[in-house]
Amino acid sequence: MKVEVEPDKCIASGQCVLIAGSVFDQNEDDGIVVLLGSEVTGGEEDAVLSAARVCPARAIHVLDGQR
Amino acid sequence: MEQPVSQVRLWNGGLAWMVTRYDDVREVLADPRLSSDMSRPGFPAHNASVAATRQKHRTFLNMDDPEHAKQRRMVTRDFMIKHVEALRPRIQRHVDALIDEFSAGPQPADLVTGIALPTSSATISELLGVPYEDHEFFESRSRTISSGDVEPVEALQAYEELREFLRGLVDRKRAEPAQDVISHLVELETRGDIGIDELLNMLRLLLGAGHETTANMIALGTLALLEHPEQLERLRNDPSPQRVAAAVEELLRYLTISHFGRRRIAVEDLEIGGQTIKAGEAVVVANDSANRDPDAFPDPDVLDLERDARHHLTFGYGVHQCLGQPLARVELQVVYPTLFRRLPDLRLAAPMNELPFKTHSVFYGLFSMPVAW
Repeated sequence: MKVEVEPDKCIASGQCVLIAGSVFDQNEDDGIVVLLGSEVTGGEEDAVLSAARVCPARAIHVLDGQR
Repeated sequence: MEQPVSQVRLWNGGLAWMVTRYDDVREVLADPRLSSDMSRPGFPAHNASVAATRQKHRTFLNMDDPEHAKQRRMVTRDFMIKHVEALRPRIQRHVDALIDEFSAGPQPADLVTGIALPTSSATISELLGVPYEDHEFFESRSRTISSGDVEPVEALQAYEELREFLRGLVDRKRAEPAQDVISHLVELETRGDIGIDELLNMLRLLLGAGHETTANMIALGTLALLEHPEQLERLRNDPSPQRVAAAVEELLRYLTISHFGRRRIAVEDLEIGGQTIKAGEAVVVANDSANRDPDAFPDPDVLDLERDARHHLTFGYGVHQCLGQPLARVELQVVYPTLFRRLPDLRLAAPMNELPFKTHSVFYGLFSMPVAW
């Protein structure tokens, strides 16, 4: 599964970090999303889908996973 | 819910479209064609005090992007997960000390002034750089602003008093900067990134929203747990971080203290849930109803601490979603388990129907909550 983020849309709610901290982090200056890796492996897929679902800015896009 | 989007009459006689379904509420709150700018004619304010204070004193709460994003990003760093998590041990020690003092005192006692307010007020004070000694002053003025039961002139007066109080702190931090939000914003103001008026309004917002909301959740959440002993028992039996985190999300959903919904005004014609909304028309989204939508939360009226409720709308949704949510989560995750572990016989000391609920306040809560232990 592949994941992409749009930092310009991000509002730094931090929910993705809480749900999938091994995939998402926050920029030290302003808390904006930083993607740690765009390839998501089996164990993290559910968490990444959940993070994409709750992201208030719709800034997380799962590319080839089924929702 | 036969008419999920229907027109309602507001306190001031105006009309608004009320949106109640989970999916529709998310669409509204994510749609940039719906403005948060309260200076637009016909904006559906919560009550007369909110209309008066927020029209006079603008904050990013009532701005649209890009202005909103520019101001909000000035303080997002301070609420990063990493920074808020670093506060957890201090919040834990503080809550432990509060419970020591509370439990050594006479019974019954008020949980709101004994535990709820001191937890959230001390935490946000420290983060912002506001002296906690002044908590009774800023708590009472904040209560007046969001009360919904006072004349607008009284709310405006309370707002001015808070602004003057914060102006004094800004001047002090200008002379002696510290590691806190006020000092950081003063630095931005010196650079010309934000004006002093907007800085004071932003601080007023952070201070008010940073203590009232979480205090309301602490008291109401404790009450909800006492009223659902079988749920409380499960939490007591397994207070692991994951279970506690899930319980906090469910309490946030179930209680939805943002009970007056979120308010917007259409700047273009659009369609929500099959209903056409024209430019200039007002929209009220009912977070509380959306959080009880069976399509999003099966058996929505059941408090189930084990359900996955993370997608609740209590903090809102879209670009205006609550800035302080990471801090609120940590405080609540600390308070509930600590309270019930330290005071295993905690119980309500007044009949439920005599409790003073904040029915008209912008955020739902309790003015006081007598308990024994």
